[in-house]
Amino acid sequence: MNENLFASFITPMMFGLPLITLIVLFPSLLFPTSSRLVNNRLISLQQWMLQLVSKQMMSIHNTKGQTWALMLMSLILFIGSTNLLGLLPHSFTPTTQLSMNLGMAIPLWAGAVITGFRNKTKASLAHFLPQGTPTPLIPMLVIIETISLFIQPVALAVRLTANITAGHLLIHLIGGATLALMSINTTTALITFIILILLTVLEFAVAMIQAYVFTLLVSLYLHDNT
Amino acid sequence: SQDSKMASVVPLKEKKLLEVKLGELPSWILMRDFTPSGIAGAFQRGYYRYYNKYVNVKKGSIAGLSMVLAAYVFLNYCRSYKELKHERLRKYH
Repeated sequence: MNENLFASFITPMMFGLPLITLIVLFPSLLFPTSSRLVNNRLISLQQWMLQLVSKQMMSIHNTKGQTWALMLMSLILFIGSTNLLGLLPHSFTPTTQLSMNLGMAIPLWAGAVITGFRNKTKASLAHFLPQGTPTPLIPMLVIIETISLFIQPVALAVRLTANITAGHLLIHLIGGATLALMSINTTTALITFIILILLTVLEFAVAMIQAYVFTLLVSLYLHDNT
Repeated sequence: SQDSKMASVVPLKEKKLLEVKLGELPSWILMRDFTPSGIAGAFQRGYYRYYNKYVNVKKGSIAGLSMVLAAYVFLNYCRSYKELKHERLRKYH
């Protein structure tokens, strides 16, 4: 049981071929390109959703920040679709791998911070010291602010990994418990099954919320720096 | 009469699979384009065949997307069968 629990998080390989490339590229199949003014239902629904999200998320930025719109929208679509596809039975979720989330978080955060340092150097350095701090506290506070700045990408990546991995693990555990309880006591198994249904609904929500949170935080770091 | 005889003989390479006779099958398979661009072309043709039949229509339904997801689930099951076959309901594992 212990070995089986983490078996679904192993990088999928088949005969030494990296299947994970295909799995990461699969969500792009579900978002066809639109070539007409009025498209089929799938593309129209996706366009409507994308307009809704981009208007809500990019409205807080100035002109320079809005050049990141394509990047942020691709990000939220990728993370959202990958997380939702991971809820299908037997599928592999790439966002459970810390390596991939770090690969997404560090470049985006670094891009936002370096843009800030290059274009608004004084304002970026001023972030290290909140207004109105007493003079003796200044060195310590600068150190704390530096640490909190450098922890941002790590927090982004670990937050996403931990949430999705924990959700999948819980589903596995409670599902296994339901199966084991069926032969012992059917009523308890029924209660556990209801818990499983509620958990699955939660996981659908978490999948989308985590995508939103990741993108929102990146956009916030961008807003600070443009 | 000579033209009608020429017109009725279609070269083997251009026949579709259902029109190929059983005896000609191995030579038909060998004549297919197995270069990388040929294989890419085959995937592209297959994708557009599915897309134009089920998704790119005026009143597409949920079936177009669901069939793709069902195939995805099935392929993942095949991929992880080796680990899954130990989880059958048995008295002794």
